[in-house]
Amino acid sequence: MIPDTAGPVVEVSDLTRRFGELEAVRGVSFDVDEGEIFGFLGPNGAGKSTTINMLCTLLRPSSGHAAIAGFDVETHESDVRRSIGLVFQETTLDERLSAEQNMRFHGMAYGMDPRERKKRTDLLLEMVELADRRTTRVDRYSGGMKRRLEIARGLLHRPRVLFLDEPTLGLDPQTRRRIWDYLLDLREREGLTVFVTTHYMDEAEHADRIAVIDHGQIVALDSPSALKASLGGDRLTLSTADDAAAAVQIGELLGEQPVLDDGVIVQVSDGAAALPSLLRQMTVPVERIEMRRPTLDDVFLAVTGRQMRDEETSEKDRLAATMAGRMRGRHP
Amino acid sequence: MSTQSDTLGSGLLRSETVRGIWVVGYREVVRFISDRSRIIGSLFFPLLMLVVFGAGFSQLIGTVADGVNYVQFLYPGILAIMVLTSSLQAGISVVADREYGFLREILVAPLSRTGIVLGKTAGATMQALLQTGLLLILAPLLGVSLSPGRVLALIPIIAVLSTGLSGLGLVLASFIRSQQAFQLLGQVVIFPLIFLAGVFFPVNQVSAAVEVISKLNPLTYGVDAVRQVLLGGADTAALGVTIGDYTTTLAVDLAIVTVMSAGLLGLAIWAFNRRD
Repeated sequence: MIPDTAGPVVEVSDLTRRFGELEAVRGVSFDVDEGEIFGFLGPNGAGKSTTINMLCTLLRPSSGHAAIAGFDVETHESDVRRSIGLVFQETTLDERLSAEQNMRFHGMAYGMDPRERKKRTDLLLEMVELADRRTTRVDRYSGGMKRRLEIARGLLHRPRVLFLDEPTLGLDPQTRRRIWDYLLDLREREGLTVFVTTHYMDEAEHADRIAVIDHGQIVALDSPSALKASLGGDRLTLSTADDAAAAVQIGELLGEQPVLDDGVIVQVSDGAAALPSLLRQMTVPVERIEMRRPTLDDVFLAVTGRQMRDEETSEKDRLAATMAGRMRGRHP
Repeated sequence: MSTQSDTLGSGLLRSETVRGIWVVGYREVVRFISDRSRIIGSLFFPLLMLVVFGAGFSQLIGTVADGVNYVQFLYPGILAIMVLTSSLQAGISVVADREYGFLREILVAPLSRTGIVLGKTAGATMQALLQTGLLLILAPLLGVSLSPGRVLALIPIIAVLSTGLSGLGLVLASFIRSQQAFQLLGQVVIFPLIFLAGVFFPVNQVSAAVEVISKLNPLTYGVDAVRQVLLGGADTAALGVTIGDYTTTLAVDLAIVTVMSAGLLGLAIWAFNRRD
């Protein structure tokens, strides 16, 4: 085994997975660098889980390649497994055992030296603030405590990459923030690489880079700020005494033709800088201004045609979306 | 892979199969021991059968063969049932682990699938041995005499039988997704297996159809092996399994059970090594 120290920690090239006729992942390629927080977003059924399952060796690719820390997921299964820590959407703790026993099982399964295991267990339980509850059975834990324990457990064997699938789903905002604090802190202290899927766009903002997958293909891949900038910058909406006249003026001043829709709407790359001079030069009286920076929700909507929020809605809507996808001749 | 400074233990634990057996088996035993209600609960059914069938049929039947009354005849069979139900626990625990999510933690760990199957099997076999041990305490009360030799002879028989039946449980678990479905199918599998294994009646003394099916049931030979040990091989012509003119000996019983166990365990290993 030749552990890779240079180069990307996760390398994915042309990865494809078919289930019979259905092509769930269609030629996906991306790299994740050491110490990076990589956000992996996409609507339900877009191929997120299938991709993660291939990266963590639970599913064989139909074609293409993926490597973790330089180890191929197909030929070096065991090395890949040692290089990754996993926190799944549903809890994978043994709830009848205590936190400590769960950690012990994990350390044993990964063949850790007992002394190292104990030392690291102490450290990690301290970090996620569960040290005083270490002998409590996990079924007495709250959802947030379980999630923290899973993060600690996922880090026990010193993985190079921590995969988190919806780590904060169903948790209250305060707990969600705390979990992100741990992750950011870990990246800072241990140079940990984090691969995370989430439905919460405010969380996706923490990522260094984001990949959006839809219909089994990567449809956007860049830093959050670059993705937002790609939408054409800030959106200004002005209500004026005479919108038609204002639109002509704005068009001349900014060199960008505004749209009239319940106000004058125009896009500029940096709204905060453009506004003062615009207002100074305009002669039509302005009554009201609204400036909106594009959010990741806007990015998601632009590249997938769907709102991220919709993804949290009912099964019925999901079925409808699936059906629509089928009718468009695409797979869910 | 191991260097000379390694102790034998840590060297062996480098193997993903050995580590799988050790870690998964260890967890099964820890969970079993920490769950007293399960130990007591699992003894309830065999005890009930002994009391109900024993008391009910003893008067009616009297002796089954020379010097063997019905309770003495029944008792080894009940031990075998105990082994069957605690072995199927291996399958139930996989289904439960899957439902509660823990199976994923096991499957993504650097452990071989074969090791995981063998670990679950080892855990269930330990349980079977422990529960049989508890049930053996009753033997003197029922007029079944125990000797160290008999107890020692029972250990390999029960271990082999339990290994195979754990394999059966794991094969079922490889395609059954919910605990309810497993319990249901468990009943469908368990009851015919038990009723047609010569637990309640000697298979040589029943109607032809039942006799044929019983003699095709591998569990019959497991029951007979336990019975031959505990009853000191009393009147095997009447109580044992006779095919044509041949009455199976303990060694033949054990050979049949071993073949069955190897087959079921192999099937379980195959089922768990399949990967999408």
